[in-house]
Amino acid sequence: MRITGAEAIIRSLLAEGVDLVYGYPGGAIMPVYDELYKFKEELHHVLVRHEQGATHAAQGFARATGKVGVAIATSGPGATNLVTGIADAQIDSTPMVCITGQVGKHLLGSDAFQETDIISISTPVTKWNYQITEAHEIPEVIAKAFYIAKSGRPGPVLIDITKNAQFDELDFSYKKCTNIRSYIPKPTMQLDQVAAAAEIINNAKKPMIVFGQGIILGEAEAELKAFVEKTGIPAAWTILGLSAMPTDHPLNVGMVGMHGNYGPNVLSNECDVFIALGMRFDDRVTGNLETYVKQAKVIHFEIDPAEVDKNVKSDVVVLGDVKETLAAILPLVESKVHETWHNEFKEKYKTELETVINDELHPKKEGISMGETIEMINKHSKGDAIMVSDVGQHQMFTCRYSKFNSTKSNITSGGLGTMGFALPAAIGAKMGRPDREVVAIIGDGGFQMTIQELGTIFQTKVPVKIVVLNNEFLGMVRQWQQLFFDKRYASTEMINPNFIAIAEGYYIKAKKVTKREDLDAAVAEMMASKESYFLEVLVEKENNVFPMIPTGASVSDIRLS
Amino acid sequence: MENQTFTISVYSENNVGLLNRISVIFLKRHINILSLNVSESEIENVSRFVIVVDTTEKWVKNIVGQIEKQIEVIKAFYHVDDETIFLESAIFKINSCLLFDERQIQNIIKESHSEIVTVSRDFFVISKTGRRSEIDELYAKLKPFGIMQFVRSGRISVSKEKMEITSLLEELQS
Repeated sequence: MRITGAEAIIRSLLAEGVDLVYGYPGGAIMPVYDELYKFKEELHHVLVRHEQGATHAAQGFARATGKVGVAIATSGPGATNLVTGIADAQIDSTPMVCITGQVGKHLLGSDAFQETDIISISTPVTKWNYQITEAHEIPEVIAKAFYIAKSGRPGPVLIDITKNAQFDELDFSYKKCTNIRSYIPKPTMQLDQVAAAAEIINNAKKPMIVFGQGIILGEAEAELKAFVEKTGIPAAWTILGLSAMPTDHPLNVGMVGMHGNYGPNVLSNECDVFIALGMRFDDRVTGNLETYVKQAKVIHFEIDPAEVDKNVKSDVVVLGDVKETLAAILPLVESKVHETWHNEFKEKYKTELETVINDELHPKKEGISMGETIEMINKHSKGDAIMVSDVGQHQMFTCRYSKFNSTKSNITSGGLGTMGFALPAAIGAKMGRPDREVVAIIGDGGFQMTIQELGTIFQTKVPVKIVVLNNEFLGMVRQWQQLFFDKRYASTEMINPNFIAIAEGYYIKAKKVTKREDLDAAVAEMMASKESYFLEVLVEKENNVFPMIPTGASVSDIRLS
Repeated sequence: MENQTFTISVYSENNVGLLNRISVIFLKRHINILSLNVSESEIENVSRFVIVVDTTEKWVKNIVGQIEKQIEVIKAFYHVDDETIFLESAIFKINSCLLFDERQIQNIIKESHSEIVTVSRDFFVISKTGRRSEIDELYAKLKPFGIMQFVRSGRISVSKEKMEITSLLEELQS
């Protein structure tokens, strides 16, 4: 079949099962948009309001579905606007393919109009990138892009395509990529490593599990549950591991990390065996490495050999796909209960409940708390919603207090901490999972970083629910200023616009809640709405998120106030 | 952990942009590359990078892991000096008059086992291959007479132990 490069791009995407892309047109990508017009029945293109929104929407889609998200942009500023989302996808291992237009091959390096060297710019933040300058390369390179983005530890791939390659013709045939000789997506499982891990686990008196996003990416939720239930080991999650097991599971002990739960943080430094499942010991999880899990034998289940011993030295490494390694270890581990050890977690939880959680969920202050808002959403969602959070205090409250019944339900910018992530990511999540309720929880700061995507919501009629928790501050930074900079609130106070008028300007149903007694009805109305809905909740201005491990402190020194 | 000199050997596909991808791994950690050489390897269409850095073993392990993770990298290794045979080359361009006016220069050339590459009316060129210290020594001896141009290559090195690349490639291709 003799077709143009631009058509080959569309046909390649279709061959990969893509039916939804996010993007923004421009000069160097126009041949592709011309084909999108012709293929609009097969391939739905969502026009975002800024290219960053295209990447976050693609990420939200990928995180909610497990499929590869696709974003398209033109050269120059179109391409550079993708970079934040690409970096976010890289650090959070999100499968994404970005396609950018580029000036014609004969103009490369000439500082042509809207020319940027996006290959160099994106190199440190992509799993792989490639510049296509000849039309005939298109099918093979796009096949590689999807294979690399999705396989092993997933990540973002950027394909830059010069305009001549979009116009020129090629003989098109498509073959999916299944192997690249220099690339080993996942190490082969070593049964001796599995056996060594099982022996340590069987002899453990006070073991604990911390699971991360690897469980979700590896679709190993059932294997995790079986492993936890058989071994009876208390299981905590990282922020990106959250929702891999239902939050009300009796063996769950909460979240580790800077604003995680008291028990799993403190007891990380008291356990005798620490089992890390598909997590990478981020500094927000470990606190000071010099004092982290030193007393314990560490077992690390990991797909990426580069993560082994990177931050924490392991006693046993179980390399491979966690779905396979967990399945392999299950028959080798003994059934146990660990009751007294569980009681230590329960005691610590009681302390946290009395000093932190009760005040947050049932505040005595006049102002509404973020925690009680999340609790109200739980009440109405019954734990079935996908919660998409932005970055800051509200994110920590969302991840601390949301209830989840099923996996791929907690979507947040973990590693990069990208403010502005949630609104476009929620669009992608809802389009990927139209059967599920999607609630975006956003602060007043982050909301204004990608606020223009309200236009995308209006145009596509995607029924996402948007909750802005407005404390009229950049709350997390303000909290640090209060605790560590002697309350010098430099540039953290926000003088905000009329958010309701803005939402209504985009013809989105909107409501503002300022009093506790109105919260229940407003959340109920939002959740019942068939259309998109904007809810602004004016919350207590100077509340803090606790517990908290100050930067550089040990997890043992987590502060409750 | 103390800093040490490590030689990192990378076997990779011969693709545009890979050098950039590898060098950012060092840049990201603020590690200066002391020497870099890229050439064909013993395997057709497979490139070999030889990179010399001064860092700790923990860092070099991390770096090699990150390099190996790059899609087009086949395998990466690191070695300390004792585990490798390594050389550098240098070329000196010197004013031809000196060859006749300063008899000592001829002795220096002879003693250093360097080679005269070419001699013209205005200048002559000598080359020296060996360890960095030998080249430094020659440089120091010639310096007082005046050197018109001097250039030294990156380190090239082979490991004493086997680096199992060929068998790995066969396995990957099967």
